[in-house]
Order: sequence, then C-alpha cells, then structure tokens
Amino acid sequence: MHGRPRRPAKPEDEGAAAAKAAKLRDLQGQVLHNHHSRTYTKEALGLSFKLLEINPEAYTAWNYRKLAFQHNLRDLSDPEAIKSAVDDELRVVEVALRQNPKSYGAWYHRKWLLNQKLAPVDFKREFGLLDKLLKVDARNFHGWNYRRFLARFLGVPDEEELKYTMDKISDNFSNYSAWHNRSILLSNLLMQQNKGFESKQKIFSEEFELVIQALFTDPSDQSGWFYHLWLLAQTSTPEKPRLIASWPSNGAKLSSSFVREKVEQNTLSSIWCYSLQERIVPIVLYFDEPVKGLNPSSVKLRSDLVFAKDIHWRPLSVTDSGYSNCWATQLEIANEWNDLHQFSVEVSIPCSDDIVSRSGSHYNCPVHFSFSIELMNCGDTAEDIDLFRDPISWDCSEPFQPHGINNSISFDQLKTSSELVQEDSKWHLERLSDEIELFRELPDENSKFLKLTLARLLCACAAIKSRGRSLAERKGYCEEALALLSDLIHLDPSHKRYYEDERSLVLMDQLTCNMETFMKHCSVQVQPNSAPMNHVQLCRLSLTRIGFAERLLWVQVLDLSHNSLRSVEGLEACQQLVCLNVSNNQISNFTALESLTKIISLKVLDLSFNMIGAHSIDTTRYICSSPFSHKIEACEAFEECQQKDINVEDYWEAILFFKSANLTQLDIKGNAVANKENFRTLVLTLIPSLKWLDGECVH
Amino acid sequence: MAEAGAGSAPDDYPSIDPTSFDVLICGTGLPESVLAAACAAAGKTVLHVDPNPFYGSLYSSLPLPSLSTFLSPDPSTPPSPASTSDDSHAVVGLDRRSIYSEVETSGDPPEPSRRYTVDLVGPRVLYCADEAVDILLRSGGSHHVEFKSVEGGSLLYWEGNLYPVPDSRQAIFKDATLKVTEKNVLFRFFKLVQAHIAAASTAGDVAGEGDASAKIPEEDLDLPFIEYLKKQQLSPKMRAVVLYAIAMANYDQDGIDSCEKLLTTREGIQTIALYSSSIGRFANAEGAFIYPMYGHGELPQAFCRCAAVKGALYVLRMPVAAALMDEEKKNFIGARLASGQDIMCRQLILDPSYKIPTLDVPCDGSDSDLPRKIARGICIISKSVKLDSSNVLVVFPPKSLEEQQVAAIRVLQLSSNLAVCPPGMFMAYLSTPCADGSTGKQCIKKAIDVLFSPQASDGSEGHSETTSESSDDVKPTLIWSCVYVQEITQGTSGSLLSCPVPDENLDYRNILESTKKLFADICPNEEFLPKKSAPVHADDDSDSAE
Repeated sequence: MHGRPRRPAKPEDEGAAAAKAAKLRDLQGQVLHNHHSRTYTKEALGLSFKLLEINPEAYTAWNYRKLAFQHNLRDLSDPEAIKSAVDDELRVVEVALRQNPKSYGAWYHRKWLLNQKLAPVDFKREFGLLDKLLKVDARNFHGWNYRRFLARFLGVPDEEELKYTMDKISDNFSNYSAWHNRSILLSNLLMQQNKGFESKQKIFSEEFELVIQALFTDPSDQSGWFYHLWLLAQTSTPEKPRLIASWPSNGAKLSSSFVREKVEQNTLSSIWCYSLQERIVPIVLYFDEPVKGLNPSSVKLRSDLVFAKDIHWRPLSVTDSGYSNCWATQLEIANEWNDLHQFSVEVSIPCSDDIVSRSGSHYNCPVHFSFSIELMNCGDTAEDIDLFRDPISWDCSEPFQPHGINNSISFDQLKTSSELVQEDSKWHLERLSDEIELFRELPDENSKFLKLTLARLLCACAAIKSRGRSLAERKGYCEEALALLSDLIHLDPSHKRYYEDERSLVLMDQLTCNMETFMKHCSVQVQPNSAPMNHVQLCRLSLTRIGFAERLLWVQVLDLSHNSLRSVEGLEACQQLVCLNVSNNQISNFTALESLTKIISLKVLDLSFNMIGAHSIDTTRYICSSPFSHKIEACEAFEECQQKDINVEDYWEAILFFKSANLTQLDIKGNAVANKENFRTLVLTLIPSLKWLDGECVH
Repeated sequence: MAEAGAGSAPDDYPSIDPTSFDVLICGTGLPESVLAAACAAAGKTVLHVDPNPFYGSLYSSLPLPSLSTFLSPDPSTPPSPASTSDDSHAVVGLDRRSIYSEVETSGDPPEPSRRYTVDLVGPRVLYCADEAVDILLRSGGSHHVEFKSVEGGSLLYWEGNLYPVPDSRQAIFKDATLKVTEKNVLFRFFKLVQAHIAAASTAGDVAGEGDASAKIPEEDLDLPFIEYLKKQQLSPKMRAVVLYAIAMANYDQDGIDSCEKLLTTREGIQTIALYSSSIGRFANAEGAFIYPMYGHGELPQAFCRCAAVKGALYVLRMPVAAALMDEEKKNFIGARLASGQDIMCRQLILDPSYKIPTLDVPCDGSDSDLPRKIARGICIISKSVKLDSSNVLVVFPPKSLEEQQVAAIRVLQLSSNLAVCPPGMFMAYLSTPCADGSTGKQCIKKAIDVLFSPQASDGSEGHSETTSESSDDVKPTLIWSCVYVQEITQGTSGSLLSCPVPDENLDYRNILESTKKLFADICPNEEFLPKKSAPVHADDDSDSAE
C-alpha cells in the first residue's frame, strides 16, 4: 500500500483510459440528467451505482443518492423494507470502497446513512469491514476516522480502543494513525480520570517506554518520532498556567520625570516611564502558556490612584484566538495632583475559574505584587523631556558599553514557585533527563530525528529549570541544543528555516537567562535632552525570530539590527518599547511587523535595509500568524490614501501598518518599497506625527 | 496406486511383472521417494520396494509402540543368500545394519500410546521458502500433505534462561528482554543484510542498476560470519541469536582452536535470506517454519504418490536380498528380491540401512573428521515450554549448557494441532551433532533437564500438577523420553547408489542437494521434477501451508 513505486504508463493503457473516460462521461451525463429531473427510479439509481462503482469520487452522484434515498424512503413504512433499503445503500458504499478505500465521498455517505438511525446498525459487520480494510492498509486514516466514529456511535469505551491501537502497533509500529489515535484516546482517558488513568506521570512513563522501543528498533521510521513529540509536549508543558513575568515588576518604582543629577551619578531609583506623561499606566502580565479570561474580576487592582473608565484587559497577540501568553491594560489616571506625589498600585490574581488555558486548566497559582508611581506636576517636566528634538541615532560602529542597570529591574520578577510546582517539575525533569541519557546512547550519527528530539528535550529541560530558581543550569542545556541545531541546519537543508528559528530561540534563551550574560547586552541610554532609557542590544546574532519576550518587558530601546529576522512576532509584549532598530534584517513585508502596531509607546522605528517590497508577489506573508487581510477596519485610511492618488491595491499592507503607527521617526531606506511611487506621500499622510523620515526633517 | 503385496503374508511374496526396470529403488526414505518421483516424472520405469510394511524407512513417522523395535531391530534377520555366481551374473548378498545405537528410554509411554506419532528425523521443519516446499509444489506432492506453522517462534537458551528470538522488525520491537541499544544494533544489522539481499537480487536482473553501495563488500562476505557480527557490534547474546537461531549454525563458531566448520558471512546471509523470505510467504503461516501434519513420514509418502501417479510400481514388505553384478563385477545390473525373483535394472538405489558391498570404489567419508554421529531425543511432555504457544523451536547455543557441548542443540516442540499427539500433550524432539555418542547423549539429557521437570515419583501427578500449574513459570513435566545415537553416512554414487541418512540439520536442504546430485547421475540430461510434472488441478501456493 505504501512505498510502491508508480509504474510508467504503457501505450496500451492510453486506449483503455480513453475508453474508460468515454464511458464515464456518458454515465455522468445520464446521472446528472436524472439528478436535475429528480428521477429516482430503480434504473436511474442503477446508473448512479455504476458510476460510483467506477469512480467513487463522483460527489454529485453521492448527493443524488442521498436525495433519492430520502425520496424513496417516504413510500416505505415496513421496518424490514427500510432495513433492506439501508443495507442496499451500505453495499453501494462497500463496492465503492473496494475501488478506492480512501474515497471521502463514500465514507461520508456511510456515516450519513448510519446517522439517519433508520435501522439498527449491525456493528459486527461494520467492525468486520474495518478489520478487513485496516488489514489491507493499516494506515488508512479514513478507516481510523470511521473507527472513531463507530466507537463514539456505539459507545465503545476508550480503554478498548486503546487496546486496539496497541494491537495494530504490535503488528507494525510504522503506523501514524494508530499512534495518533492512541494520543487522542489517552488524552481523553487522562482528562476523564478513568480507572487506571489517574496518574498522568505513570501513563506517560509507560508510553515513553513503549515508543522508545520503536525508536531504537528503527530510528529511520518517522511515525514513532511524531508520537514522541506529542509525549514530549505533554511532559514539558506546564499542567496549570502560571504568571511568569509582569511589568511593572514587584516593588518597581515608576516615575513620570527624573532628576538629572541622579542620572549622572547613576543613583536613580525609579524607572522613567514614557507613557506616564500621557497619564497612562500600562500593566503587562505574561503567562507561561496562552490563557484567556482576564478581566477586572479575575485580576484585582487596588490603588490610591483613581483610574478612568472601566479597566479593559486585552490579549497581546497577533492571532485572534482570544488566547494569549501576554495580556495588557492601560490605566488612565484620573487624579489631579499638585506636588511630587507617590501612589501605590497592587495587583493580585487569585485562583480563578475565569482564567483558563487552551487545555482547559484553571489558574490556581495566586499571585500578588505591587509597585509605586511617582507623579510630578506636568508643567515642571515638560521642557526637560523632549525625546525627539533630534533624531535618535543608532550608532553601531561605537562599541557597546554595557552599563549596570539599576536594581529596579529584576530578572526573577515574581516568586511564584510553590511546593506543588516543584514536586511536579521534579518528575518532568527526571523523565526528560532519562530520555536525554538514552538518546545520547543511540548510535545513529546522522539521524535528523534523533538530533532534533535531543535538542527539543534539552530545551524542555532548560524551560523546566527556569520554572525553578536555577537559571544558570540552563546554559549547559542551551549550549548542547545549539550545537545540535547547527548540525541540523547543514544535515537537513530543506528544513533549514525551522532549525534556524529554533536556534534563535535557544540563543535568546541563553543570552537572557542569567544576569551575568544578559548584562553584557544591557545599558542605560542617556540621550541629550531626554530621559535615561533601558537599552538592550542584540545585534549580529543571526537571529531569525524573537523569543523569551517575557524577559524584555522593561526594555525601552531595543537594537536588533544586523540579524536575519523574518518577523518580529513576540515584541508586542514589550509595551515599554520606545525605540526599535530592526535594520539590516530579512523582513520582507509589513505583515511580519504587525506586532509593532500593538506597542503604543513606539516612537522611533528603523526598518532600513530590509527586503520589504522586494517581491511583487510575496507569499511569505501567509506564513505569519495572522495576515492583515483578515481585518477590514482600515476603510478610513484607505479612503484617505485614495484621495491622494495612492494605489490602495498595491499598498494595502503598508496602509494597514502605518495607519496604526504613531511614530515620530522612521527609517525605511534600503527597502524596495521605499523607492516606489507615492510611498513617501503615503507615509506622511498616514503618520501625521512623523518628524524624521530617513534622517530628514519632515515636520 | 500400485501397491502389490500389501496384506499378503510375508513369505507369500507376489511375483512382479515385468522383471526389468530402468530404476530399482529399495527403501522409501525421503531421498529415495524424491528420486522415484523425479525418475518417474522423467519417464523412467521405476520399481520401488521397501522391506517395511510402511512408507518412509529412516524418514518415517512411527506410532510410539513401534519405535523401540525400529531403533533396536531383532538381530535375527534372515541370513543373506551366499554369494554365488550365475551363468550371466554374480550374486552379492546384501546385509542390513542399524544406524541407531545406545537407545535409552525412561518413563512409561502414556496411553493410548498409539496416538503418539514419532518422527525419526526430528527435530526438523521446513522453511516456507525452502526448496523442499518448492519441490512439493512443483511435483504436486503438496496435494498430499498439509502443513501448520511453528507459530510460537523460536526461543534461545542464554545464561540459564529462555529468551524469544527477535527475528523481525516487529519481534525486535516487542521483545521486552532486549536493551534498546541492542535493538538498535540488531535491527541495523538486519537492515544491512536486507539491503544486501535486495541489491544482490536486482544486480542479477540489471547489471549495475541495483544499488551496489548497499551490498556488503566482498572481503566481508569471505570473513567468518562471527567476525562480521563482531564488526557490526552485536553483543554475544545477539551473535548467538543470529548464528544459532537464525543462520542455524550447528558447530561452535567461537572456538578459536576448533577445526569445525566456520560459517562464512556469505553462507550466513544466504540462510538469513531464506529465513526472511520464508516469513510471510504464505498468508496463513506465522513465522518462517512449517511442519507437516501427522509427522515427517508424510513427506516421503507424498512423493511416492507422485511417483505412482507417473507409473512407478510399489511393493512394500519386500526386502532386497542380494545385488546382481555383471561378469566383471564392475557394475550392478539388478537385484534379487527376498521373494527370490531377480529384477534387472539399469540403476540400483538402496536406502542407507543396507551395507554397500565393497566394490572397486571405496566409499568412506574420508574428506572430514566431523563428528559423524547425532544424538537425538524424543520427549512427551504435558505442557508447552512457552505460554500460549503450541509449536515452538528452542535453540541451545554451543557451550550454553556445559563445556563439552561442542554443537548447538535444537529442540522442536509440537502440539496436538499437528495430530502427532492427543490434545493437551506435547512432543519435543532434540538433536545435536556429536563426535562420540555418550557426550552427545549427555548434552541432550542436560537440555531435557533444563527444559522439563521430572515426573513426580509417587505417581500422583494428577494432583501435584494441578496445584503447580497455577503458576506459569513451572516447567513442563516430562512423561516419557527416549535418547539415542544415530550414525551419519554419506550417500554414494556409482551403479549402486546409496541415499543419505537424515542429517544433523533442521531442514532438508542438504539432503535434497545430495538427492539432486544423485538424480543428475541417473538422468544426466533431465530436469529435476519440472513444473509440468505436477497434476493440473488447482495448485496455488496457499494450500501447501495449513
């Protein structure tokens, strides 16, 4: 059934094919005619049967048979007659399946018939049919789909179906469908806590043991590796969602202004927050898995400040699923104040049924943190802070001078590790460490699955380490994973991009996981006439994507130039970001920058020397999580552009991006799009606040 | 079929007409029967006689009560007629001999003992893909035999325990006793061999087109197999699995000083190729091996029937008393039957129980100093050695039982589904080649001790068994056993042919090879059992198994 080479067509086949085609055309014509004229006689039905016997893919013929069946059923009242009508129809399906066991139409027709519930279903016959079919091709996923359908229909316990998958795997473990069904059944059984399935750890240990037997026996067979991947995902994802980072962090002191002397002496104790000038306090919460259900009742706020309007939590994500790792709200300060004044804000997330993860787990790690806000009278600070009087320059030629960041930024922002979590991750870690030891012994030097799985195991271990306190221990894991991924990039060039992305994640993890290494990339930038800003520089690292944004929530100036970024997804979490440099990367469209539209404080953006507009038809945008095309809220911007003679069809993507960008400085030279007609007009029209475009003062 | 003489008194021999045949064969063992079928198919006139009242000679399956007389025959055989000289030819008396010795029986045969059928050639099986099966199919003999598979697979005795033999991808996957790294190494070796076999077979079709890189290099093929296995990093246990349970080596491959035959990689891979093509040849056969229902004695009978269909004449209970030689005593030209009748023939073939009169040609096995004996054992046991399996093969690699064990011991357990014993009982055959009988017998006894537990002496086995059987790891109880030694003689060629005796191997490959050679001597220009010799009625592969 599988792995059989196609044999080249012989000249005599051609004649046969032509004869078959003529016969089919004739039959099809007659069936269609009957369909239109609603002829449901025995002869007409016979014709449709003949057609389906030769070509089970004739979907209209199946629909015709459904209509005919329902039509003819009206005249039947005797249960025996109905049963025989159903049986006849079932037989038609069987004949069609003999011709093509993977005919969607035929399988659907059978399910439809059974769902009519006109006659008692002969389950023995149905399962017999399936057994025969799966004997011929144990991997026929239609068969497996139908089996799941029957099992549900009949109420076969999942335990029994699980046994069946084991039988099939014992016959031949190269069976994606059997492994897949196993993963589904186990998920159900564990969720329902059936007898014998109470302990996830026990079940998964056994499953690991089982799949390891297949992997070691024949490492070149993919099916087992896929199942292992599922097991790994089950073992390494947390069981309950937890908050892993927030901005502001616990104990942070925010300030709307600063005292210049303190900056110069590097004794500043508070963080200058740009948006406070606009009387806005942003709060960002970062969870270890996507959740939904954050609202004023699931996240409680207490403060001596008065906030305007209802508090609205929004997911920071470019997909529309409603689930997100990262949630943000903007509190508008409604108070009036006179002198320097300090206010406090307390945030607490109790155990909550509102907050749920994709797998349906509720949030049950109560967290409480607080921060304070120093507010000065608006009038006093206005002249001091004019960030954008001169264009911000990203001078890469100057060696980066890491500065000590004041201790108001901490890496382990939250202390949430309870005993329960510790106990839990201990098992995960042991399990994963065992796997790593085992796979290191597998003497298959060039197996890409082996290398990839090992890299994934190492990353999973590193991730678990981060949940505890031992961030430093991850470094070893990261280094080994990096070496493996670099090997894979050479070994398996057709999946190069995937490996590069994975490598970027590990690299970012490695660079940011402990204070010591991260500090080499951090500084406090003090621009003339502006506030000191927290600056992170991650240049020339061949990064292709952003990861571990939860460790960058506090960054105000971020330099990612001279990498290989294809997208900036993830940066949406960095709500403090004011200046971003992604010049000299591989961004090829505006869709890949969609995350940036969610950062309200972003003022300075350097996109120069990317590949935006380099391809007239750019398909890579569809790799992005959520292409702009899903949204139509930009009508006004489109109209505005049309008035200026800008071709909306050509520029819809750019329009959607710039209409929500509130920039003062933009660099976009070195992109094909920048040289196009009207592009400059478009930018100036859509960003009225823009002051500097490609180094030129425009306002 | 022509079966003259059946039912008449032994001394009241029928006279045979005509009195001249192309081929006269005495003895209905497997090689003789195959020769009879082949000669008859090649158009020769054949007279096939047998001194016994049953078919099979040294290859027969006997009812249990007849075993002891067959193994230790009454020495009072009628003296062969004195050598005389006739006017046209010389008469040389033929003596018979027993190739069995040191027969030792213990226990009382269970009743009804006639329902137990014992093989003289055991332990023996057929590979689904071996030549014996092909010949059966070609000759039409398959219509007269039914097979069942040795569905329980093979077990290997290693360091005091029995382990399943992982002989396929799935078996390796399922084997709970193997370490995962062992699984990896073993399956990698299998894949290497499979790629080699595939490459070698395509290279035959289209030169250069097959993936030549998949082939095992020539210098490795000439290496002793064990060295190659070591090179592939197989652990000692895995080497034992491959050498003794899959490549079916008889003699110790590890002994540095042993001058016994060392298997080369080429030979080893040949057997593995046969083994793997056997798995799955017949849809209803599980595993690589099949066994004929009612015992191995059915096989010679099937070929005799084929011969009879082609016109061979059969006379049982008819010993040959003397051979007839021409004047110069250079050639045999016929034989005098026990009835006194002289039959003339171009070719005289005798089964190996006849002593060949010394002619000009010396016929000793001077080419080797291999142990020319086999110790065999037959046991009746009450329970299977492997849970939920009826027919099982067990292999004891050399030296696994004791230092003196120079060769592998193979055990074949058969169940009542082969109609060789009553339901609930099992037969077990053991054999090992040996240099001297007593050492061989000692090894067989040791293997019996390891596999089975002796019967409770007080005779109250009924009760003790029911209590002990509740736990699964209790060994099967030995009810009856017989251990004996069989000589191995080589077949001879010339105008009087002697066929090979049952050898030390698990299959019939070597025996058929020598038989084919004998046939080539008799009919130099004829094809051996060509396909057209089979009767025309339905003849698909599937009916030969099950």
